[in-house]
Amino acid sequence: MSEQLLTVHKLFCERDDRVLFDQLSFTLEAGEIVQIEGQNGSGKTTLLRILSGLSRHYEGDILWRGEPVEEVREQFCRDLLYFGHQAGVKAVLTPEENLRWYAALSPAIDASTIPGALEQVGLKGYEDVPCHSLSAGQNRRVSLARLYLSHAPLWILDEPFTAIDKRGVAAKEQLLLQHAQRGGSVILTTHHELGIKGPVRKINLDQLAGTSTWR
Amino acid sequence: MEMKTNSGQQGIGCLFVATCRRECLLSFRRKSDLVNPLIFFLMVATLFPLGVSPDPGFLAQLAPGVVWVAALLATLLSMDALFRSDYEDGSLEQLLLSPQPLFIVVLAKVVTHWMMTGLALTLMAPLLGMMLFLPAEGVPGLMLSLLLGTPTLSLVGAIGAALTVGLKKGGVLISLLVLPLYIPVLIFGSSAVQAAVTGLPLGGYLALLGALLALALVLAPLAISAALRISISS
Repeated sequence: MSEQLLTVHKLFCERDDRVLFDQLSFTLEAGEIVQIEGQNGSGKTTLLRILSGLSRHYEGDILWRGEPVEEVREQFCRDLLYFGHQAGVKAVLTPEENLRWYAALSPAIDASTIPGALEQVGLKGYEDVPCHSLSAGQNRRVSLARLYLSHAPLWILDEPFTAIDKRGVAAKEQLLLQHAQRGGSVILTTHHELGIKGPVRKINLDQLAGTSTWR
Repeated sequence: MEMKTNSGQQGIGCLFVATCRRECLLSFRRKSDLVNPLIFFLMVATLFPLGVSPDPGFLAQLAPGVVWVAALLATLLSMDALFRSDYEDGSLEQLLLSPQPLFIVVLAKVVTHWMMTGLALTLMAPLLGMMLFLPAEGVPGLMLSLLLGTPTLSLVGAIGAALTVGLKKGGVLISLLVLPLYIPVLIFGSSAVQAAVTGLPLGGYLALLGALLALALVLAPLAISAALRISISS
């Protein structure tokens, strides 16, 4: 019996008078990868923002290791790595400066592992180039390098593979699998066909009252 | 236990320093944000001799108020950029999800912002005073009052910036939200300069400015953090 990390109970969210999801319940166990599916506008990003604690526009309960997430906010933030729609990369800073800032923000990250992480995402040699001179994909990679630095058990990734080339995607999928095998868990959205050889659970928002208004 | 609190304090100190360093790097690499408020400050003050009267006696009377209003508007102008780029590139989300206390990061951001605007304005103020024929006795009062007053302007302005960061066009709204709150600082600031010019003691005015600053320093970061959470949540 593996440990239940995140429990979502009867989650309800409405946006502009449109119900995005209603009665959404699921649990995320250690070692699981969950892919949120749904068409554009079905509320994937909204769900991830709610789960990460950025958005409070919801009804229902979210439990982290059995405790309401509001009460264990600090511990939850320690255990969370969130990769959002915007990469969170400062254009005028270099990749290394960007990652150093993340290291300062989360005390668990060891700053001496930053060069190694940059090498892993294929940015060796670009350490001192300002990010505005890098391509869109390389900018995403700077932010994805956080996956190699982090020790957080829960990864919430919103479209992590956008603008990443095929080899990069394969490497990241491998990384997700390794993370799950180490006992971490991942919630992600992506329009890619996941090539992960392993159990990937899918939650489809379209079936969950996502389109209720015109049904 | 003692070890633990020590390392905690060290962590917070490191975070403060890391944030300041990052903000400094950002402003030095985007020089326009650094220079624009200063040029604005200079130009507003230049408009008065041109628009009202070039008479030295008249300008000397006007000078304390004009320099203070110009500094206030220049600070206000620079406020909108404080959180906007962080909001647009997603850094702000990461900031809010960090396990580190938001209070410290926000305070570090505002302090660095003040060093780039308020402190620079304070250092430039004697030049403007000279342009407006402010008597030499008034200059220390002008600098001291700006030194104590502009951090309050930055802290209060940051609340407005945090509240409006989620909006497409927050610039005008910040002015409407924040300008009324700037009035006490303006009154005590320009009164301090006037007192200095006439040779009256300015201790009282400076003490009031200091009290406002102490209050803003303690409460504003809390308000800014809460406002950022609201802005990001919607």
